[in-house]
Amino acid sequence: MDNLISVVDWSRWQFAMTAIYHWLFVPLTLGLSVIVAVMESIYLKTNDSKWLTTTKFWMTLLAINFAIGVATGIILEFEFGTNWSNYSWFVGDIFGAPLAIEGILAFFMEATFGAVMFFGWNKVSKRFHLLSTWLTAIGASISALWILVANSWMQYPVGMRFDAMQMRNVMMDFWSLFSGVAVNKFFHAVLSGWALSGVFVIGVSCFFLWKRSNREFAIRSIKVGGWIGLAGLLLCMWTGDGSAVEVTRTQPMKLAAMEGLYEGSSGQSIVALGIVNPEKRWNNDEEPYLFEISVPKGLSILARHDMDAFVPGINDIIRGVDVVDGDTVNTVSYEERIRRGRMAQASLREFAKAMDEGDEITMHYKAEEIQENFPYFGYGYFNSPGEAIPPVALTFYMFRVMVALGSYFLLFYVVVLFWVYKREDSFVAARWMQLVAMVSVPLMWLCSEAGWAVAEVGRQPWTVQDLLPTCAAISDIPVSSVIVTFWMFAGIFTILLAAEVSIMINWVNKSTRKDLNK
Amino acid sequence: MTLEFLQNYWWVLVSVLGGILVFLLFVQGGQTILQNAPDPNWSQMIVNAIGRKWELTFTTLVTFGGAAFASFPLFYSTSFGGAYWLWILILFSFVLQAVSYEYRKKPGNLLGTRVYDIFLFINGSVGCILLGVAVAMFFFGAEFTVTKANLVDSASPVISHWDNPLHGFEAIFNWRNLLLGFAVLFLARVLSELYLLNTVLITMKFYKWIKSKLWVDSILFLVFFLAFVVVLFTSPGFTVVRESWMGLELEITPHKYWLNLIYSPSIIILLVVGVANVLMGICVSLFTINYHHGIWFAGIGTFFTVVALFWLAGFCDTPFLPSLSNPESSLTIRNASSTEFTLQCMTWVSILVPFVVAYIWYVWRAIDRRKISEADAQSEH
Repeated sequence: MDNLISVVDWSRWQFAMTAIYHWLFVPLTLGLSVIVAVMESIYLKTNDSKWLTTTKFWMTLLAINFAIGVATGIILEFEFGTNWSNYSWFVGDIFGAPLAIEGILAFFMEATFGAVMFFGWNKVSKRFHLLSTWLTAIGASISALWILVANSWMQYPVGMRFDAMQMRNVMMDFWSLFSGVAVNKFFHAVLSGWALSGVFVIGVSCFFLWKRSNREFAIRSIKVGGWIGLAGLLLCMWTGDGSAVEVTRTQPMKLAAMEGLYEGSSGQSIVALGIVNPEKRWNNDEEPYLFEISVPKGLSILARHDMDAFVPGINDIIRGVDVVDGDTVNTVSYEERIRRGRMAQASLREFAKAMDEGDEITMHYKAEEIQENFPYFGYGYFNSPGEAIPPVALTFYMFRVMVALGSYFLLFYVVVLFWVYKREDSFVAARWMQLVAMVSVPLMWLCSEAGWAVAEVGRQPWTVQDLLPTCAAISDIPVSSVIVTFWMFAGIFTILLAAEVSIMINWVNKSTRKDLNK
Repeated sequence: MTLEFLQNYWWVLVSVLGGILVFLLFVQGGQTILQNAPDPNWSQMIVNAIGRKWELTFTTLVTFGGAAFASFPLFYSTSFGGAYWLWILILFSFVLQAVSYEYRKKPGNLLGTRVYDIFLFINGSVGCILLGVAVAMFFFGAEFTVTKANLVDSASPVISHWDNPLHGFEAIFNWRNLLLGFAVLFLARVLSELYLLNTVLITMKFYKWIKSKLWVDSILFLVFFLAFVVVLFTSPGFTVVRESWMGLELEITPHKYWLNLIYSPSIIILLVVGVANVLMGICVSLFTINYHHGIWFAGIGTFFTVVALFWLAGFCDTPFLPSLSNPESSLTIRNASSTEFTLQCMTWVSILVPFVVAYIWYVWRAIDRRKISEADAQSEH
């Protein structure tokens, strides 16, 4: 059992580490590919060579980033098999399809037209090159669509049923994979890539201004990157609001953890700034926060778009209490979920025994029992409701980091664009602002990673919400093997990240000594 | 479309992806010869030639994985989770490759060009050998047990148990698996040499150098491939006697894969056409001066041969991943597959495959229209 827990923990660390590295590179690819495509479109429209130079500069940075994003992506896909083999069987019938479709529809598009984009200058016509650049950007987004559809299904499993004979879930409705959760998540994640890339372009451009080099190039880049980034951020906020509503509906425990909320209320306030009490548990009387500044009714508005709505806390959810439209609604308590989950598992054991004995009548009877309790199947692996609560502090802080930085970047975009358009000379002279823009680049990555942390840490302890906890999703491998591979990948990804950043800095530095206004 | 038809269809599709993947391993083959080029400009030309295609190989591998996951999830969970080290080392080698083309010559790359070239060599050699080993497991099996009822054993809930504690290393050091592994490596090198003859603007010196390598690699490929074929056709294998929801009943059949071959005209045709094309591509390139099109014969031949091998492994009532420790746990395309509904959904998507192949072909031609010369050597990568 100890070995099992260690394998689970190390496998989680390995997957989290790979995902964190992968998400350093993917949003830049998603956004910068669009920015580059817009720049190349302007070049084709104006036939002005300075836009060609601008396009090629940013495309080089895109290529440097693209390669390492691909490298980290392959590990993620295969880790579902290597480290989460039970998961691969239990939900492979549903989860595998989006991955296969992603390969067929998106990866080949990215790889094929990416080759033209990066190496096809002077080998194909200008129009075909531009088409390839757009298709690479679209391919990247289609790729994101399928993987986010798959991820959303883990948060909100729909369109399937459990087949006791096969001991796995089977797909019943393909289109239900495109749930509201999936739609919001897709746009939220992809548009966050635009927002991130806009800040990246502004930050790098401000480095040119800081070095008093290529002013025109920098201003043109800031304008394109700024508008695309601002559009991305605004739409990202809109879809973020949609995501909050979906989370309230489908993963109320995640929302409660995001807020560190143990006892809910009507007209629930939201903590704008606070410190979570590390001693607080669901079953003690400690105060949830050591310090807090709250916005009245904020969480009710965020979660249910109604300032007087009830938002359940962790203990309400465990007790199985919610209030909808002023009426108290009894949902299933966690004690009851655990009991029914165990009943589903016991029925499945008896079903398997009957199957071995060829006893079809018992199989039929047990299959009905399983279906009745299957919505709580995963809870059967727990001994206490506390095991079904995500890490509250991490989810709470990451949510605030994301929201605070997201708000800052809205202000940042507005200020930069207004200043550049209205007082360009003053912007070019404002060295402090250029410094702020450069410092903002890593902050944008922090914001982006924090968003993912909220989504994925908040999903814990589940791989598939309510159905399969991480402890039952793993592979049968020695913990020593996972520890070794964790450090192998951590080592190589760190080295490659350092190399990427170093190459980018070198390239930008070198370019400050060139004329990019030709 | 019946479930049986869909299972066959997806095994065919996985075979096709496998065939394309092995053909595209010419990129990996090229990565193992560029370090020995006597002229640094030649190394750069080789990098420029194969570096335009690395992503296609990479993408095909990822799609192969995705298709295997989606269509045969029990294979994905059993093999990947069991032969952990085999798959992890394959993946690790591909991580090294992905960045190397882009970073090797870039100022500030921290590790220096030589290290990135070593990364390329590791991916080219280790990656090819291990992929061959992974495919060889389809024939020579592995030690594993599948017990689905474990799912509800909270102390040990994993359904696929790898019975060998080496978790994949035992497959890597199995001499029969290595025969195919080395055959794949030398085939990849042969294909890369034929591809370079086709893509690079040849000087006499370069031509002679490539041709000398082609001789050696062709002989080594033939030795390993023939050895593999002899071992394969003389080895026993499992035949599925009965398969139902109650389980799998198997019997050991001597010369199983030889019998699969002679009783399946389609596989005979594929294998004969495949091997003949590979040999023709090699021989015509070796014996005809300035012949540049050998890659197409050898490439098509490789594709057909690999498809034939997959069909030998998966069709004719044969488990495609035999379990040596618990034969009833062996995986077949029937018991390892996704459901009819899922396979049907993916089949509709697979209708787009010809369109994907068409645009890849168009772009390939557009990029390779002009041959790479020594003068271009410094222009890319």
